[in-house]
Amino acid sequence: MSQKPYRIVGHSLAKVDGPAKCTGQTKFADDLFLPGMVHAKLHRAPLPHARIVRVDTSEAEKMPGVVAVLTGKELPIPFGILPVSQDEHALCLDRIRFVGDPVAAVAALEEDIAFAAMNRIRVEYEPLKAVMSIQAALDNPEPRIHDYGEEGNIHKKVALEFGDVRHGFAGADEIFVDTFYYEGSTHLALEQHAVVAAPEPDGRLTVWSSTQTPHYVHRALAKVLELPPAYIRVIATPVGGGFGGKSDPFQHEIVAAKLALKIGRPVKICLTREEVFYCHRGRHPVLMSVKTGVKKDGSITAMHFRSVLDGGGYGSYGVASTYYTGALQTVTYRIPHYKFDGVRVFTNKPPCGPKRGHGTPQPRFALEVHLDKIAGHLGLDPAEMRRSQLVPPNSITANHLRIGSMGLGTCIDKVVGGSGWKKKFRRLPRGRGVGIACSSYISGAGLPIYWNRMPHTGVQIKLDRGGGICVFCGQIDIGQGSDSVLAQMVAEILGVDPLTIRLVTGDTDLTPVDLGSYSSRVTLMMGNAAIQAAERARDLVARAVAKQWKLSPSRIVFAAGRVFDTENPDQGMSFAESVQAAEAEFGTIGTVGSYTPPPSPGKYRGAGVGPSPAYSYSAAIAQVEVDPDTGWTQVERIWIAHDCGKCINPMLVTGQVEGSVYMGLGEALMEEQVFRANRNGVHKIPSMLDYKSPTTEDMCEVTTYLIEDPDPNGPFGAKEAGQGPLLPIAPAIANAVFDAVGVRIDEIPITPEKILRALRSPDRRCGPASYPRIPMPEPIRVPLPGTEA
Amino acid sequence: MTNGKQKILLALRVNGEVREFACYPNRTLLEVLREDLGLTGTKHGCELGECGTCTILIDNQPILSCLILALECEGREIVTVEGLSPGPGLHPLQEAFGELGAAQCGYCTPGILCTAKALLDRNRRPSRAEIRAALAGNLCRCTGYIKIFEAVELAAERMERPSE
Repeated sequence: MSQKPYRIVGHSLAKVDGPAKCTGQTKFADDLFLPGMVHAKLHRAPLPHARIVRVDTSEAEKMPGVVAVLTGKELPIPFGILPVSQDEHALCLDRIRFVGDPVAAVAALEEDIAFAAMNRIRVEYEPLKAVMSIQAALDNPEPRIHDYGEEGNIHKKVALEFGDVRHGFAGADEIFVDTFYYEGSTHLALEQHAVVAAPEPDGRLTVWSSTQTPHYVHRALAKVLELPPAYIRVIATPVGGGFGGKSDPFQHEIVAAKLALKIGRPVKICLTREEVFYCHRGRHPVLMSVKTGVKKDGSITAMHFRSVLDGGGYGSYGVASTYYTGALQTVTYRIPHYKFDGVRVFTNKPPCGPKRGHGTPQPRFALEVHLDKIAGHLGLDPAEMRRSQLVPPNSITANHLRIGSMGLGTCIDKVVGGSGWKKKFRRLPRGRGVGIACSSYISGAGLPIYWNRMPHTGVQIKLDRGGGICVFCGQIDIGQGSDSVLAQMVAEILGVDPLTIRLVTGDTDLTPVDLGSYSSRVTLMMGNAAIQAAERARDLVARAVAKQWKLSPSRIVFAAGRVFDTENPDQGMSFAESVQAAEAEFGTIGTVGSYTPPPSPGKYRGAGVGPSPAYSYSAAIAQVEVDPDTGWTQVERIWIAHDCGKCINPMLVTGQVEGSVYMGLGEALMEEQVFRANRNGVHKIPSMLDYKSPTTEDMCEVTTYLIEDPDPNGPFGAKEAGQGPLLPIAPAIANAVFDAVGVRIDEIPITPEKILRALRSPDRRCGPASYPRIPMPEPIRVPLPGTEA
Repeated sequence: MTNGKQKILLALRVNGEVREFACYPNRTLLEVLREDLGLTGTKHGCELGECGTCTILIDNQPILSCLILALECEGREIVTVEGLSPGPGLHPLQEAFGELGAAQCGYCTPGILCTAKALLDRNRRPSRAEIRAALAGNLCRCTGYIKIFEAVELAAERMERPSE
C-alpha cells in the first residue's frame, strides 16, 4: 500500500474530547439531572441459588416518598445479548441464580428513600444447592441452573477438529502436555454503570446509559418493553471506562425504562460499586489443557487445546467466549492440524462475559507458557523458536481464518533488540529474569451478534455552507479515542482541521447503527464507513468546484481548509466556498458510508467466531525481579511492540498499548474476582480497596514500539490497538518469573504465595494438577483449507 | 430523607464563589457539589474513599469529597475541576492532559488533576517518583498512568517557564 503523506492521519493530535474531559464538562450518565427525576434501586438476592416463593413489597410501598415498586411479573419477557442465550429477566421471576440477581425495584423521590425502601422489600426463598466452581458444576448435574444448554449444568460444548491431529501427532518428535488455570477478573471501570430513562408525553421513551452497545440496548428494550423500536431512543453517554463491562444490555437499564413509563417521569439508577462487582460480565475463569506435537526445531505438527469456562449464572456472551478460547491459537504460529474442545459450565456466581481480549487472554497465557516450556526442553531460544514458526501473511489458517498483514516478526525483532534479550535471557542473576510472549487479536468480529446481512456500521456526513461538517455515527467513545479517530479520518479526506467537525454519536434516533465499542471493531469498521462517506462528500464538492473552474474533478485537492487546483495551486477557495458551490449545484449536501466485513472462508458450524477483517500482532518481553524469600514480584519493565497496521493517531495507539500493559499487569499479578462458597456465595472482595489493582506505585516502566504493517482491509491500513497488547503480558511475566527463580506458575494471578509454594514443591510448579474428564461429542471434522472435496 | 433530621443552612466557598443552600447534615461534600450545586465535574467511583475519583481541593489539599461532610467545609476554600483555572482558559495541567492523551475515558481525570495541582503548588518540579507517590491514591484503569506522569511533568515545565 502506498504511503501518501497524510496531513491529519498518522499525527499525534490532541483528543477531540480532551478539553471537555479535563474541565469536568463531559456529561457521563450519572451527571444527568432532569426535572422531576426520581431515583430507583434494585433489591438483589442475598443467596446464590434459590426459588422465589414470595415477594412482599407492601412495606416498601407504604414509605413516604416511594413512587413505585416493580417486580418481575411486570417484565416477563427474557432477554440476553446473544440470540441463543435469552436467559435473563429484568427482575427474576421465580428463581435467582447468583448473589446480586435482582428481584424487585423501587423508585422514590430521593435516593436515600429508595435505598431504605429497597431494604423493606421482603422476599421468601427456597434455597437450592449452589454450584460454586467448575468441578462442582461437572459433579452436580442437579439441580440445573438453567433448563437449557447441553446437559446438567453444562451450558455449551464445542468440539472441532481441523485436519487430522492424530496424523500430526504421529509426525512429532516429541509431545508435550500442560494444564493451566486463569482466574476470573473484573473490569473495574471507574464509572459505575448509570442510566436515566425519561418518558415523552406521546408514549415514547429516551434512555441515556453508560453503555458500549447502544444498539443492543435498544433491541433489548424494545423486546422486553414490547414497544416498537422507533418509540425508543437510546443515547449512549460517554463511557467512563468499559473494557467489555458495559457491553451487555443490563437489568437496571430495562428497569429504569419500565419505571419511567409506569410513573411518567424520569428515573435514574446508578449502581453502587458493590453492585458493579456483582453485575460483572468479566473475564471467565478458565481451566485449560494444551497438548502439542513438535519437531526438534520447535515446529508444531499438531495441537489439541481444551478449555472449560466457569460461566457464572447466565449466558451473556459466553457461547462466543467459549469459541474464542479456541479460535486464535492458529493466527500466530503455524499449526497444521488443530483440535479444540471447549466447555462452558453454569455456576451460581455473577455472569462472566467479555473483558478486554474476550476469551483469548486465558488460552494465550496457556499457549505462550507452554511454548516457553517446550523451547526449554528442546534447548531453543524461545524468541527464536517463535520467530521461526510464524504464520505467513496473506494465508489461511487450519481453522480457516484469513490472515492479511502480519507484522509479528518485526514485533519480535523490536522487543528482542530493545530489551537486550540475548544478553539477559538465562544470564541475569538469580532473582531477576526476562520472558517473552506474543499474541494476536481481531480487528472486529467478522460476523454480527444477531445474524443479518446489513452493514456493521454506518456514517453520515452533512456539510454546512458555513464550512462546518457534522458527522453522525452510532459508535460511542469509551476512552479509546474513537471520536478522535473518526474526526481525524474525515478531516484527512476533506482537508480540514478536525475541530471544524462536529460529532454526533451513539444515538439510536440520530445516528446510523454501529454495533458498538467491542471486539476492537470501531477503528476498522467505522473508519471504512467514514472514508466512504467522506469521499462521497468530497467527490460532490470536487465536481461542483471543477465545473466552476472548468477543470476535471480529478485535479481538485482538499487541504488546510481550502480547495485547490492541483496543477495551479494559486487557484483556490475556502472549504466553505466549495461547499456553497456544491450546494448550489446539487442541493443540500449529505452523504453516507457503511461497512460490512468481507465473508470468511470458513463455512463449518462455529466458523462465526474468529474471522476478522484483519489481525493485530504483539510481542512483549517482561523483566522481573522476584524475591525468593517472600515470592514478591516486581515487574521492572515491559518492552512491547504492536503491529496496528497504521496508526491513525500514534499518541492514542501508544495510550492503548500502555493501558493494555497496565491491565495485563493487574491480571497477571493481583486481580481476582473470587467468591466465598462457604458463605452463601458472596463476593470475597467487592470493594476497590480489597480488589487489588495496580496503582501508580505498581505500574512498571513500558517501552512501546509501534509497528505499521498496513492491512488492505483497514482504513488507511489500520488494525486494532485496544485489546491485543494485553494478551502477551501475563505469559511474558510468567516466563520471566521462571527465568528469575526457576519455578513455573501455571495459574493466573501469579501471587507471592504461589511462587513460594512452587519454590518449595518438588516439581517447582504451582498450577492445576489435572484437567477434568468431560465426555465430549464427536468433533465436527473440518478439512484443511484447500483440501475440501 | 427526613428521619427526624432537619436540613441545615450552609454557605460554602466553592471555586471562589460563596454558595448558600440547605441540606441534611449527613450530606457529603460530593453529594452537595454534584446534586445541590450542579458541579458534576467531580465524579465518584466508589463513595467509600477507595478510588480517589472524587478528589477535590480544600485549602489546596487534595481531599476525598465522598468522605467529608459538607458541614465540615464552611469557612474553607473548596476548588473543584471546574475552578482549577481562574479564568475561561485552561490550567497548564488541563492543557497538558488534553495534549498528551492523559485523559482516556476522562472519568478519573478531575480527581487526578486536583491531586496533581496540589502537588505542583507545593513542589514545582517533582521527580517521577514524587509524582507516583502523590497520585498513588487515584486509580485510573485506562492509561496505565504513564501519560498522566508525562502530562504532570509537561505542566510543571510550562509553569516554571510560563512565557514559552
